[in-house]
Amino acid sequence: MFEILEKDKIGPGVNRAVISAPEIARAHRPGQFVILRAHADGERIPLTVADKDPGKGTLTLIWQEVGTTTYYMGTMCVGEKLVDVCGPLGKPTHVEKFGTVVSVCGGIGAAPLYPITKAMHDAGNHVITILGARTEGLLIMTDDMKKVSDELLISTDDGSFGIHGFVTQVLQDLIDKKRKMDLCVAVGPVPMMRAVVNVTKKANLPTVVSLNPIMVDGTGMCGACRVEVGGKTMFGCVDGPEFNGFDVDFELLTKRLAMYKGPELISLNRFKETPRGCECTFPGGAA
Amino acid sequence: MSEEQQQPKKPKIPRQKMPEQDPIQRAQNFYEVALGYDNDLALLEASRCLHCKKPYCMKGCPVEVDIPDFVEMVKAGDFISAAWKVKEKNSLPRIAGRVCPQESQCEATCVLNKKGKGEPCAIGRLERFVADYAAKHDTGEIPQLPKPTGLKVGVVGSGPAGLTLAGALIKKGVAVTVFEALHELGGVLVYGIPEFRLPKAIVRSEVDELRKMGVEFKTNWVVGRIETVDDLLEKRKFDSVFIGTGAGAPLFLRIPGENLNGVYSANEFLTRSNLMKAYLFPEADTPVAKGRRVCVFGGGNVAMDSARTALRLGAEEVSIVYRRTMDELPARAEEVHHAVEEGVKFRLLSSPLEIVGNEAGWAVGVNCQKMELGEPDDSGRRRPVPVPGETFHIECDTVIVAIGNAANPLVPSTTKQLDVNKWGNIVADLETGKTSKARVWAGGDIVTGAATVILAMGAGRKAALSMLKEFSID
Repeated sequence: MFEILEKDKIGPGVNRAVISAPEIARAHRPGQFVILRAHADGERIPLTVADKDPGKGTLTLIWQEVGTTTYYMGTMCVGEKLVDVCGPLGKPTHVEKFGTVVSVCGGIGAAPLYPITKAMHDAGNHVITILGARTEGLLIMTDDMKKVSDELLISTDDGSFGIHGFVTQVLQDLIDKKRKMDLCVAVGPVPMMRAVVNVTKKANLPTVVSLNPIMVDGTGMCGACRVEVGGKTMFGCVDGPEFNGFDVDFELLTKRLAMYKGPELISLNRFKETPRGCECTFPGGAA
Repeated sequence: MSEEQQQPKKPKIPRQKMPEQDPIQRAQNFYEVALGYDNDLALLEASRCLHCKKPYCMKGCPVEVDIPDFVEMVKAGDFISAAWKVKEKNSLPRIAGRVCPQESQCEATCVLNKKGKGEPCAIGRLERFVADYAAKHDTGEIPQLPKPTGLKVGVVGSGPAGLTLAGALIKKGVAVTVFEALHELGGVLVYGIPEFRLPKAIVRSEVDELRKMGVEFKTNWVVGRIETVDDLLEKRKFDSVFIGTGAGAPLFLRIPGENLNGVYSANEFLTRSNLMKAYLFPEADTPVAKGRRVCVFGGGNVAMDSARTALRLGAEEVSIVYRRTMDELPARAEEVHHAVEEGVKFRLLSSPLEIVGNEAGWAVGVNCQKMELGEPDDSGRRRPVPVPGETFHIECDTVIVAIGNAANPLVPSTTKQLDVNKWGNIVADLETGKTSKARVWAGGDIVTGAATVILAMGAGRKAALSMLKEFSID
């Protein structure tokens, strides 16, 4: 189980792998995630599912190397196995025909956003996708996104590809042009989702965000993933991962995500000294 | 403790103490606290048993172990047979011998105790001894299993209830598949109960024994997400399903500051330290905040486990913050005693009002309300009431909330026609485990709310007997 069948680097420090997980592939719905452990002493980390093939019994995972587990996984090869993959976890995205849906993602956020966008498109929505990254090399899944979007707008912060600017500026532009939009789905780094919500809130455009708090079990047992939404404490793993963006306390989320900054660095530095760790190019990994 | 006291006149054999690691030493390691009897101590202790014609001890046992018989075998020095005798009723004796509250069960009803001498036969310690002895001298022998009946049962959750049921059914020729959401088997036995009370290796050995008998285990398998209970019955054609998912949804006090960094549910703190081996960090990847000053809210066994774990992780000061007094602590006396010995402080008659944080979002202290005991409440315990105007502050960097668990809704909410009560617990007959849904049984904390390992084991056993009756197997 959980054998790596395909693996490649799709950007600097960004990996894509197809793994065998037949039962999860069959049950997975857009918006749901998995929790995995790379090896027997590894941490349980949540990872969004970028794609699946229920027929072949496979999941596509995309991850950026940021911590010990994701770096470790960056060194794994075809034929190696992840010791544990648990899922699908979390509530699926609420998909229906809203009208026009704008999908906004930053960097690696394209991975979880792809199945959601696809589902929205399949449900008959007119889909506008705004795909952004810091720089051209970090843009991922552009071809996949193109297939499931009626309009695809690409921006980079440094102007190396597409529109020069942040995804929020592209979104603001659409709003200013009075484009009719019924729902916004935003997935990406916390500052990006927060910025999107700042824009959509003013335009009164309902916005769904997918949160990525620290998790342990992923089934509502531990409460590590506490987030505050509309002043109420919720568990990201079972009440989410998607929430009404207008109500999310992003500042709290940011602080909670930084809880293990110190130990994470100790762990990563230690990993660098191992034979596997030596294969990585720190920071950011090899292209 | 009265255990060491000799009776004044007739010099009788006193109840034998179990050797333990020195408190100061053990507060710094995760090795098991209690070391167990050796052969001589076991023989001596067993010789105290009166072998009563009417064994009241058995009435106190939720799984009805044949206590006088097994103790008699210990007396005769036949430890292996004694272990088999225990295993007839209890598939997990190494676990039960460690975590059962014997003082309120078999040992409470022991005649030696009834005479008011407070010196019951140490049944729990003997159970632990024989089961450990049998594991140490394991010949790989498994009990003779009957021919497969062709029936198969799905078990949701690999905690004490599910494992007990699995053991009882497989011995009757019923095929069993256990579905576990986590990556390790044992449920609360591996994520909740700390290594120093119940080593993981022991849980693993008990699980292996079930596996040898033919029980199939599936980890990383979330019932309710991969497939529902209805799918197990209809698509996978299980003849019946047992739900033993535990009470896995942590409660918080809902006071300001509970989402600050450094504030944990006991479930998270213990899961990180036990299941994820955070005490080995950075050898194991999962970290846990190693607090300097730690406050634990609550007075139950889980609170004691959390406090003692925090000490072992290197905290300088660990305080139990509890609303009532030492007399009302719901934890087992032995656990409280161990915690006190190891240096855990008790801030009694204290009720947390607010957790105070710093700019970076980390907890730095707790504001508490001073309480006093008023009139008894519904539970018969005197209700704590605030002393007007008396509040105080405790400085701390880590807070562990150990005030209990609610029912985890994942399985009940995805199962059709399954009745739950207003707290979300599955409604099941306490004698049979039968639920409102045909072919579905449930037991353990998901039915009763947070209780003990042995009560969950008792529920698993009762459900197994009820299923066998329904299958017309005796």
